[in-house]
Amino acid sequence: MSHKATIPIGPYHPLQEEPEFYKLVVEGEKVVDVDVRIGYNHRGIEKISESKSFDQSIFIVERICGICSSSHPIACVQAIEDIGDIVVPERALHIRSIIQELERLHSHMLWVGLAGHFLGYNTVFMWGWKYRELICDIMETVTGNRQNYAMHKVGGVRRDIEKEHVPYILTRLDEFLHHLDMIKGSVLDDPVLHVRLKGVGVLTMEDAIGYSALGPTARASGVNIDVRRDHPYAAYDRVKWNVITQKEGDVFAKAVVRILEMYESVSIIRQCLDKMPAGPIDSNPKDIPPGEGIGNAEAPRGEVFHYVRSDGTNSPVRHKVRAPTYMNFPTFRQTVVGETVSDATIILAAIDPCYCCTERMLIVDSEDKEILSAQDLIRLSQEKTLKLKEKMRVK
Amino acid sequence: MTLDELLKKITDRFGNRILKVYKKNERRAYVDIYPKDIVDLTKYVFNELGLRFNIASAVDDFDGFEILYHFALDAAGIIISIRAILKDKTDPHIDTITSVTRSAWWIEREIHELFGIGFNGNQDLRPLLLPDDWPKGIYPLRKSFVVPKRDSRKA
Repeated sequence: MSHKATIPIGPYHPLQEEPEFYKLVVEGEKVVDVDVRIGYNHRGIEKISESKSFDQSIFIVERICGICSSSHPIACVQAIEDIGDIVVPERALHIRSIIQELERLHSHMLWVGLAGHFLGYNTVFMWGWKYRELICDIMETVTGNRQNYAMHKVGGVRRDIEKEHVPYILTRLDEFLHHLDMIKGSVLDDPVLHVRLKGVGVLTMEDAIGYSALGPTARASGVNIDVRRDHPYAAYDRVKWNVITQKEGDVFAKAVVRILEMYESVSIIRQCLDKMPAGPIDSNPKDIPPGEGIGNAEAPRGEVFHYVRSDGTNSPVRHKVRAPTYMNFPTFRQTVVGETVSDATIILAAIDPCYCCTERMLIVDSEDKEILSAQDLIRLSQEKTLKLKEKMRVK
Repeated sequence: MTLDELLKKITDRFGNRILKVYKKNERRAYVDIYPKDIVDLTKYVFNELGLRFNIASAVDDFDGFEILYHFALDAAGIIISIRAILKDKTDPHIDTITSVTRSAWWIEREIHELFGIGFNGNQDLRPLLLPDDWPKGIYPLRKSFVVPKRDSRKA
């Protein structure tokens, strides 16, 4: 008799935006296989976009994700600009970079908070989400919205950053940086987290390249790629910053990459605000010629890729969208097999997919009867941290 | 490696197996090939030249299908798209590239269910995005598929 049991995870959770369904096959504590089923939130955006005008399709892709609501539009407008070789004014390029980096800050902060929660560090969760509000406030001041900023358009941006907003942005960033220092210290210098996360869910460099992993997931495995540097767009080639990489490929390395990247983002925003030239923010292109174009941008989770084909009419013939989790997710299969159930939550969280699923794990036996609920799995993860703490005699 | 050097390497290696090379600008190029050569080309650009697989996009061209395999050369900021043109509209097929790169695992499943294009040699073509009870033989991203209008007066 086989002692394998299946853990279905998901697909729905009312608090999160992207439902997915995972099946973990476990033998005792050990995960032996995993299968993923996505599509519960498939809204046919590629098909809808074919029936919209180019301007409308940017609004559609902005609503793909509530967190990457700057990355998809920026990749989309770049693909359309690539078709018609449209030139974007210098000031607009700087504003695009600022919006992109603000988005990265709030997204990484959100991740730090959730990762803290899964590990039983609820203070980190409270901090992360509290100080993320500072960034959302800046977003609201600059764009009018906390999310779905509607800033990017073909040929430029929709709204300017007013001169009187700059001091406000800078003071808020200083405040954010102060809290970021505290979070960095409490996460990266914590001896329990070192024991808990190092060597867990390792993705080797070969696997990261083989799966074409992207963003922090790849960079934590020593793959030195970043769309912002490699395929320069917006104003990233006009400012000085570093690509953060780590060699280990474990969960801890992914956390380090994300936390250190936030410092780079703050530095990019400050430089852009400083160097931003005066001038127009929109080149007002009139029509899109026939042809095809590719646009890519570095979202918080990795490269967003858009392919758009135009036949000279007002709407795209084909619009392909590829989000970073699409490439990163299959690496989960590589990293989780052989690990324990209590680590599955944090390994999955480490690639920063949508979290809906991790909160809804269930263990069922062969008759599909629930024997371990969602909260139990997070509790398992938190208990493991507690045990480690007792062993190490820290409180 | 510049885009010209990259394109020269590909044309030198494959010669008359390349149908057309179109360089759009310094960062983008399109290479048209016969569908039967896709595995060899992928092996060359992915394994030997070390390009990163971005994604594949299928396009319904009315008289056939195109599949564009996008590869990125991150060291130079280049994306080349290898275009395989499938003339057979009724039962389109192409060889799988999952034997070369695991990163094509999901996209082949997606193209298979949304366009109805078969991938020879790919054992795992289960549906990825569409529901399990989606009717067979209906491919939503084909141009012939018209999204049914919803009647707002009905609940």
